[in-house]
Amino acid sequence: MSETIVIAEIVKGVVHPTTSELITAAHALGSQPVVIVPCADAGVADAAAQFSGASKIIAAKSDVFSNYDAAGWAAALDAVTPAGIIVTSASPQSKDMAARLAARRGISVVQDVVKIEGGNLTSPIYSGKAMQTVSLSGDAVVTVRPNVFDASGNDGSGEVSVVDTTGNVATAVQEFMARASSRLDVAEANIIVSGGRGMGSPANFSHLEAIADTIGAAVGASRAAVDTWDDIPHSMQVGQTGKTVNPNLYIAVGISGAIQHLAGMRSSKYIVAINKDADAPIFQHADYGIVATWEEALPVLQSSLAAMMA
Amino acid sequence: MKKPADEVQTFINLFELVEVFLWSVSTMANIIVLVKQVPDTNARIVLSGDRVDLSAVKKVMSPYDEFAVETALQHREASGGEVTAVTVGGAGADKVLKDAKAIGVDKIVRIDCDSSLDSNALQSILASVVSSLGAEVVYCGKSAADTGAGSTGPGLAERLGWASVSHTTSVAFGDQLSVVTPASGGNARVTVPLPAVISCDKGDIKVRKPNVKGIMQAKKAQVDVHAVDAPASTVSIVSHSMPPAKPAGKSYQGGEAAAEVAQLLRDEANVI
Ligand SMILES: Cc1cc2nc3c(=O)[nH]c(=O)nc-3n(C[C@H](O)[C@H](O)[C@H](O)COP(=O)(O)OP(=O)(O)OC[C@H]3O[C@@H](n4cnc5c(N)ncnc54)[C@H](O)[C@@H]3O)c2cc1C
Repeated sequence: MSETIVIAEIVKGVVHPTTSELITAAHALGSQPVVIVPCADAGVADAAAQFSGASKIIAAKSDVFSNYDAAGWAAALDAVTPAGIIVTSASPQSKDMAARLAARRGISVVQDVVKIEGGNLTSPIYSGKAMQTVSLSGDAVVTVRPNVFDASGNDGSGEVSVVDTTGNVATAVQEFMARASSRLDVAEANIIVSGGRGMGSPANFSHLEAIADTIGAAVGASRAAVDTWDDIPHSMQVGQTGKTVNPNLYIAVGISGAIQHLAGMRSSKYIVAINKDADAPIFQHADYGIVATWEEALPVLQSSLAAMMA
Repeated sequence: MKKPADEVQTFINLFELVEVFLWSVSTMANIIVLVKQVPDTNARIVLSGDRVDLSAVKKVMSPYDEFAVETALQHREASGGEVTAVTVGGAGADKVLKDAKAIGVDKIVRIDCDSSLDSNALQSILASVVSSLGAEVVYCGKSAADTGAGSTGPGLAERLGWASVSHTTSVAFGDQLSVVTPASGGNARVTVPLPAVISCDKGDIKVRKPNVKGIMQAKKAQVDVHAVDAPASTVSIVSHSMPPAKPAGKSYQGGEAAAEVAQLLRDEANVI
């Protein structure tokens, strides 16, 4: 059995709960992992101590981790990570870091894993139209899709040890451009409410925003919506040429379900579709399909959710 | 007859040209763009035994690579220099290089390898060929449409000891690059020293299409084929399969059903 190491998922400077799923994945690969928490302030790592199933927690402390720089992060993590199979999240940033870290070690990276069985790893390929199962004959860096593996639990009492590290940062942030809305980005959200061309106009996205604000969701869009309406920015686009998302819940409204849209969201845990056309392909992927116009369905959905959240 | 004002304008244009020329001599860039041939994203993927069978599938340039090619051409227009498109594959992959040539790249290189490589083997051979060609910047797509992995750009950069930024949506050219990339809560404008590898997302740029002249030139263009020895792969494909069928969902007629769905999202799915 190889040693396994989990690199914690850090979002906005804190340990993300999906880190616990990475621990479950590491166990599936054969052993109780060491969890490494990249941080500028070692206190951040305390949040990882609650997760069950870790052998120990290392706070890898460095100023390098204040801003993301692929070269700096890979170097600083490499310096404190023992040999073995490294498991981290398949978020865009961690996939990027994983590729650099693997290259630095002269080992391979296996991205977007959704199943681990008998030491074999399965990932979607061709935008989810097929699955690929691979075996490893050596160490590797493995990224795991969020919201797929079970959480390991919260009764851990891992000791946190602090190790200083460093690496050369190559890039410099000149300017941060915050999103105009305070709403979450689709890439970060656990629930996404998306609209397509069927919304009729960008102004009608306000109905999706109202629902999103009720349940703490992000608002996404199909490419047809982004291409048709200037007010719907590309940053909202889900799909082949937009973002790949894995939320717990994806609500598709007025979206037909083209293969390129499915590519970005089909691995969502639950999918709700609202479409007036009973034959729309999106319904084949929906856990809950409502054949109705959004004009009929959204007010009912909004008031039901608001009542539940109250 | 030219009006005097035109003459003045011509003189200024000449002057500007000389200036642009002098400036570009100092910053002429060797630009490499990585391109990959993948199944058309509309294609149906079928299995034959426990492997995907792509024999009947139309192959195209991976969509994000189109943004990389466009960015590479814009870089050349800004600073002068030369764009070389590089792919890894068998002779069948020449098509994607010809497509890149038709859009406007200067040279096309194929690293001859028809077997399946893991990321370590692939990046190793790319690193050796990029080093031997020499470049200040490598552009690639943010991920290939077949694997979706997105490992090649950052992995290549690490092997070359270069900077890398992934998922850029805009690139400004100079002695260093200034790129826009997603950051938590928005976007960041980031300065990237050269040499660097940049993986391109779909941004606001429009990709140019090949014109007739480009297509004619591409037909005649020679592919520069590099033979390499790839290190052994330690990640091996065991099998391909179809995605597990999703159990049929519940379906409802009429907007009133949204109330029941909302309840189920909380009580059955536990996602609210
Ligand atoms: C290379 C490539 C990359 C692509 N990348 C992406 C991508 O990243 N993301 C993406 O989304 N697409 C992508 N596409 C485009 C994709 O093929 C589809 O064109 C697009 O997803 C369609 O968007 P849509 O579902 O909003 O629009 P449509 O297909 O026009 O569907 C609109 C739907 O709204 C329904 N509708 C209409 N009115 C109402 C109403 N009042 N109430 C309820 N429903 C209503 C209709 O029944 C219909 O199903 C890509 C295409 C290519 C070729």
